Amino acid sequence: MDDVINQDGTVARELKTGTDAEVDMQSTNESQSRGTVGDIYVDDPRMTCRNVNVYYGDKQAIFDIDLDIGKNQVISMIGPSGCGKSTFLRCLNRMNDTIDVCKVTGQIKMDGQDIYDGALDVVPLRASVGMVFQKPNPFPKSIYDNIAYGPRIHGLSDDKQHLDEIVETSLKKAGLWEEVKDRLDQPGTGLSGGQQQRLCIARAIAVSPEVILMDEPCSALDPIATAKIEELIDELRENYTIAIVTHSMQQAARVSQRTAYFHLGKLIEVGETDQIFTAPKHRLTEDYITGRFG
Amino acid sequence: MVRVEKGLARRYRQERNFKRLGLGAILLGLLFVSFLFISIIANGYTAFQQTFVKLDVYYDPEMIAPVGETDPEILSAGNYGGLVKATMRELFPSVTNRRDKKKLYGLISTGASYQLRERVMQDPSVIGQRESIWVPADDDVDMLIKGHIDLNLPESDRRIKDDQLSWIQGLQEDDRVEKRFNKTFFTAGDSREPELSGIKGAASGSFFTLLICLSISFPVGVAAAVYLEEFAPKNRWTDLIEVNINNLAAVPSIVFGLLGLAVFINFFGLPRSVPMVGGLVLALMTLPTIIIASRAALKSVPPSIREAALGVGASPMQTITHHVLPLALPGMLTGTIIGMAQALGETAPLLMIGMVAFIVDIPGGAMDPSAVLPVQIYLWADSPERAFVERTSAAIMVLLAFLISMNLLAVWLRKKFERRW
Ligand SMILES: Nc1ncnc2c1ncn2[C@@H]1O[C@H](COP(=O)(O)OP(=O)(O)O)[C@@H](O)[C@H]1O
Ligand SMILES: [Mg+2]
Repeated sequence: MDDVINQDGTVARELKTGTDAEVDMQSTNESQSRGTVGDIYVDDPRMTCRNVNVYYGDKQAIFDIDLDIGKNQVISMIGPSGCGKSTFLRCLNRMNDTIDVCKVTGQIKMDGQDIYDGALDVVPLRASVGMVFQKPNPFPKSIYDNIAYGPRIHGLSDDKQHLDEIVETSLKKAGLWEEVKDRLDQPGTGLSGGQQQRLCIARAIAVSPEVILMDEPCSALDPIATAKIEELIDELRENYTIAIVTHSMQQAARVSQRTAYFHLGKLIEVGETDQIFTAPKHRLTEDYITGRFG
Repeated sequence: MVRVEKGLARRYRQERNFKRLGLGAILLGLLFVSFLFISIIANGYTAFQQTFVKLDVYYDPEMIAPVGETDPEILSAGNYGGLVKATMRELFPSVTNRRDKKKLYGLISTGASYQLRERVMQDPSVIGQRESIWVPADDDVDMLIKGHIDLNLPESDRRIKDDQLSWIQGLQEDDRVEKRFNKTFFTAGDSREPELSGIKGAASGSFFTLLICLSISFPVGVAAAVYLEEFAPKNRWTDLIEVNINNLAAVPSIVFGLLGLAVFINFFGLPRSVPMVGGLVLALMTLPTIIIASRAALKSVPPSIREAALGVGASPMQTITHHVLPLALPGMLTGTIIGMAQALGETAPLLMIGMVAFIVDIPGGAMDPSAVLPVQIYLWADSPERAFVERTSAAIMVLLAFLISMNLLAVWLRKKFERRW
């Protein structure tokens, strides 16, 4: 790849139209990048998205998105429904590959490595970029097997004892251990909705990912279960990079450090969460935050 | 409010009527089924018993072999038919006329002589001894004892004549006639003599045929369904294949028989009347059923499970083998067993490949000529002897028992797999 990695770690984007790759990004730092208001860059990015477009057949769902996702940060993505939040999120672990008509262009890098590079294997990518879905989807297997499945297929454990350890630490990190330690052999589908979702988080953690993507993880849960998950997200931030899609602005405000506002497939504004919710710069963001539409 | 209540009454009435209609339909269905079962069982249960006659046989060394002989070849060459006749003559010494003697001998099944031979071969020391032995009666006697012969008919219209009647009465007074469990029916192959015929040949034929059919159609059907559902690109070719599979499911089964005749027998030169060819033909016939059922089962696996597996980094193949297939398996098995049940009851295509032949031997493998259960039923139903009527019904009962146990197996398998997940 002929991208230029600048001294400070930011990546100059490869322009589709020209060979002139050395566009000085620093100079446009504060200003709009393809119409996005706010700072799309972070000092210490885990993932960098440049010029991302997504098409479902002929229909374009995502337009020219540039965004950095910082290490050990929670970034939340908000916006009216149908604006492409899920679509963008699913680009980050190539989950969109499973949709036949879906086509992604542009560049998404993780730790400097292009994840859409033809040579890159999607299996390890999905192991290092875990995903938690809107509806809790535990496997119809025991709680233990739910967690152990990932480590097993990736060969992460040396023996049974090690696997037990992985299961235990994953469940502990997901705050579920105390509730299920006596019934690990019971089906994961028998847990309550909130527990199932934490089980799914534990399942994602078990393969030691670096990034965890969450697509409206609390939308099917009651307020108490939601509070638990939010608490958990805050704890997980220490070790993982998290990107969360949410339709609840309160949730975004509570759990995230950065917030990105999407509108009709475009990234309108991105910035520190406090700033987005107290002093949005773009009129669309302000309208959404203040509840004028949504 | 009043209007709502008015309408409410009508709505409830409609609901009640609909329920009644459904209940009526179910009752009607049950009525037909029970009628079917009752008539088959009423017709067929007597076939599980057979009339036997007790004979006091003197194993005459002159007719068989000298006392002490053990060479099976010599033993098996003995005149066992003569032995039976001699025993009968001894029982009714008054019968001297040649024609009457023939009628007398006719009371006993020709199978009696085989039975005597077996007895001697098994234990040659009986030669020169006298022994009581129960042998099967002729099918006409059997029918008489079971009350299927109308004695009010003139003698010429009856298969049992007046003097035969009196002999039978004599035997009965001597306690020499008895109805016993008809073991032959379950251990013998087909025969021209009803009392010697059994369904083991046809049942084994059906077994081997289904075995071949299952071992081909299940793996191929499931593999085709998995490929079409999970891997195949959605384009004109796969659409074409899909349409053709659906069409194949509707092709009359006799066409598959013709195809089998042309391809397996005429082109590949496989023998006629063998379960191998029958199984191949039935596999072709059941493939569409299995593919369609398996695809439906695969489709019904929630996409969230696939996403979950892909999300933790399972490859597409792992997603399918670890998660999708196990969840779809109960549905696939149900479809397969329904297909097998269809195949078990299929007659037409098997007629085309010669499985309708009269075969006495019990097949020992898939390459031995044999009949299958439905064809056996067809053959017996076509036979004039009254005794084959009850055997036809009995064979139908056996076929139904097979079908019911297959369905139970399907239910059991489904339950088992569901519990595991
Ligand atoms: N599988 C798909 N096939 C075709 N269009 C899709 C598919 N998934 C999403 N879309 C379209 O892409 C747009 C963005 O959808 P999505 O990313 O789900 O929005 P959000 O998550 O923000 O509600 C919508 O217009 C939606 O109709
Ligand atoms: Mg969404």
